Amino acid sequence: MTTPMTETSRGAVTGGVGDSPVRPDGTLKVTGQFAFSSDLSADGMLWGATLRSPYARARIRGIDLTAALALPGVRAVLTAADVPGAGSYGLEVADQPVLAADEVSYQGEPVAVVAADHPETARRAAARIVVDYEPLPPVTDAEAALAAGDIFRHVPVRRGDAHATAEVVVSGVYQVGMQDQAFLGPESGLAMPTVDGGVDLYIATQWLHVDQRQVASCLGLPVDRVRLYLAGVGGAFGAREDLSMQVHACLLALRTGRPVKMVYGREESFFGHVHRHPALMRYEHGADRDGRLVYVKAHIVLDGGAYASSTPAVVANAATLGVGPYEVPNVVMDAYGARTNNPPCGAMRGFGAVQTCFGYESQMDKLAAALGLDPVEIRRRNAMTTGSVMPTGQVVDGPAPVARLLELVRDRPAPLAASGDPREWPGGVANTTHGESVVRGVGYAIGIKNVCFSEGFDDYSTARVRLEMVGGEPVVLVHTAAAEVGQGLVTLQAQIARTELGVERVVVAAADTTVGSAGSSSASRQSYVTGGAVRAACQAVRDGVLARLGARAGPADGLRLAGGMVVTASGVAVADLAEVLGDDPVEETRQWRHRPTHPLDPRTGQGDAHVQYAFAAHRATVDVDVELGLVRVVEIATAQDVGKAINPQAVLGQIHGGTAQGLGLALMEELRVVDGLVRNPSFTDYLIPTILDVPPMTVDVLELADPHAPYGLRGVGEPPTISSTPAVVAAIRAATGLALSRVPVRPEYLTGAV
Amino acid sequence: MRVSCRVNGEQREADGVWPGESLLYLLRERLGLPGAKNACEQGECGSCTVYLDGLPVCACLVAGGQAQGREVVAVEGLTGPDGGLDRVQHAFLQAGAVQCGFCTPGLIVAVHDLLARVSTPTDADIREALAGNLCRCTGYEKIMDAVRSAAAMPPSTAAACPASRPGGPR
Repeated sequence: MTTPMTETSRGAVTGGVGDSPVRPDGTLKVTGQFAFSSDLSADGMLWGATLRSPYARARIRGIDLTAALALPGVRAVLTAADVPGAGSYGLEVADQPVLAADEVSYQGEPVAVVAADHPETARRAAARIVVDYEPLPPVTDAEAALAAGDIFRHVPVRRGDAHATAEVVVSGVYQVGMQDQAFLGPESGLAMPTVDGGVDLYIATQWLHVDQRQVASCLGLPVDRVRLYLAGVGGAFGAREDLSMQVHACLLALRTGRPVKMVYGREESFFGHVHRHPALMRYEHGADRDGRLVYVKAHIVLDGGAYASSTPAVVANAATLGVGPYEVPNVVMDAYGARTNNPPCGAMRGFGAVQTCFGYESQMDKLAAALGLDPVEIRRRNAMTTGSVMPTGQVVDGPAPVARLLELVRDRPAPLAASGDPREWPGGVANTTHGESVVRGVGYAIGIKNVCFSEGFDDYSTARVRLEMVGGEPVVLVHTAAAEVGQGLVTLQAQIARTELGVERVVVAAADTTVGSAGSSSASRQSYVTGGAVRAACQAVRDGVLARLGARAGPADGLRLAGGMVVTASGVAVADLAEVLGDDPVEETRQWRHRPTHPLDPRTGQGDAHVQYAFAAHRATVDVDVELGLVRVVEIATAQDVGKAINPQAVLGQIHGGTAQGLGLALMEELRVVDGLVRNPSFTDYLIPTILDVPPMTVDVLELADPHAPYGLRGVGEPPTISSTPAVVAAIRAATGLALSRVPVRPEYLTGAV
Repeated sequence: MRVSCRVNGEQREADGVWPGESLLYLLRERLGLPGAKNACEQGECGSCTVYLDGLPVCACLVAGGQAQGREVVAVEGLTGPDGGLDRVQHAFLQAGAVQCGFCTPGLIVAVHDLLARVSTPTDADIREALAGNLCRCTGYEKIMDAVRSAAAMPPSTAAACPASRPGGPR
């Protein structure tokens, strides 16, 4: 036993929970050394390419590979007949063909894949494949599909009196266009055949284990022969939850016996992943003369496209969150996911909560106008709070500071009037106005999002943590399969380990499938669930250390680890970790689950389906050139409750980035699909916000602890995306007086041309 | 064909270059320098921004053969006075301007170029200069912070001699 000393004499740990340490992958990323999935290479590597359907719907009468195979440098050309295992895959339903066999159901559906020595050779070979298609009339209207019974899922929610009446009634029909995640790092990966007949896949994904399960199934291999390693991920936002080139690259690698890399170009990327569901939403809100909601009736149709993907879960979110963060005693809600021949839709940040927020927040503004109330005031009067009951009957048992978030954005000082720099007018550097025909408006919105997976899903994460002495210094190794997609999860895992084990040096191992599943980097869940798993594993390691000490020095009650030592509750050191550990590491693996959720009643939509609710509010200020239909967002103020900011800098990054994506949906982002065909699959024609489009943002972060969550945290990533869209549109309405029932708002909506 | 050029201060050669290959492909796939990124390959996103004879270009829009006899500096070639990080790289790291990092190499080069031309840019100057660099993660707020912060640091004297650090990434 060493001489007692306080932990401060050796320095308290920095970079723990609540700090914002520099991200461990940051230096590699700013120097260009970070290996993204598209940067990988291997000796003898081939390049893969995909042939995709040019039709939204067609029968395949035959495929002739002769010309493709004859091209020098081509090593393999594969079709559906070459898929050795299950022919189809899917997140919830295995309905999506690896390669189309008899029929194609959307434009861009993969039909054949090629491996060649050079990527251009592979592309040219794909172009030489002759497919004999018999085009069929595509189903492209979601309501028509609904009428025909082509439905992935219908979720009804019934609460209170279905026939309630109210003094003031407003109704509206709202539409949301198809948004694309538009991550910058294209779908890509490297598949390497292994000596055991299996395959190693280096891949950018959101969930290694769900990929592994689907890839193994399609390859007809046992799961343990398909090993996945997370390569650098260039953004995700939901688009990497489904498979893209995973099975294709593995098929080509196993067929050729050589490493195969596949990298989508931007155009192919628009066809290579699911999108945000377009929505058609009919709302009717009834309120009393004071503006208190009496009922909400809603009929929501989401276009799921050709395959299921995660549409069933998206529909459930739209249904259960579809009246917003408000107390509504009577609800008649029906949400549907339709099957069409449009591009498949699935996960995108906000996941069903984005579309409905545009609907219910537009309605709240309409109700405010009908009653002559201020838009913030009508929301405050109906704001849910802790103890409020959702339309599903679930009681909101955590903090729900809805009114306070609204007050925070309302009370922010108004942004300054334009300075006179012509770049600050709508049109900006295009120099289209010097202020004439420009009007300013302010709008508000607030949204609600569930955090973690819902409806009884067994949602867990796994962490392996080892504490050992390396070079005379205690070091923690944290290993999970959790996907760092840019959000800062690697930083957060290290922070938790530092705090729990009082050790400065933490290494987060690369994520792979040699450790148990971490679940998906989606649903704003990884800080909660993988954070919980890392904390649990660290606590087990601490207990292991104390048990060793206890075996030598008696009971270890109240002891903890800090500053590389075992200390008492008051911080007096009783042992050095070096002594306790010696050459023998302490390692523990823990699976961790949040509290259980429950399925929704299929007739009434009642049930405690969600784990945690999260809220963010926005105030948007816009200048609109009403002659040209140009909008410049001047400023956005955001307020969000995050429970506990594990990494304040990363929290701000999520709020800024999410808000910008919502702005994009409000003003510019739409994948235009006509007769089932995508018209703008490029960054020339599908616009995402540039630094000229995104304004300065002020952010208020509340930290109201959720007693159920690790450290009291609340998922952060999605809420800011949800309400910025309706806030921007509300501001444009305030400036122009136009009704604006569809996003993105196009210039022609503002000039009277439409 | 064979292409010879100076890349990050080193004389490099690539054989068997197909005339349709871009400078981006040349750097990434033939010279082992994947720092410049392939986000759109049509000049819209700026992720592949590199210096060509001192001017920032989208490497995806330049044919590989056009680099013959010229000087290319990519993100791997930028370095601070001590051989460590350039001030722009340092500022991006500290400000939290890096999330997924795919836009980062192009933005670092674009900001490096901006600050070489305009030592104390206004916010409007920064936005105008970076309008060709898309970022999908950050909402640009921390990027603005990083540029302001980098502008307040002394310029990197060694940025002109990029050979002070090895060019290969792996």
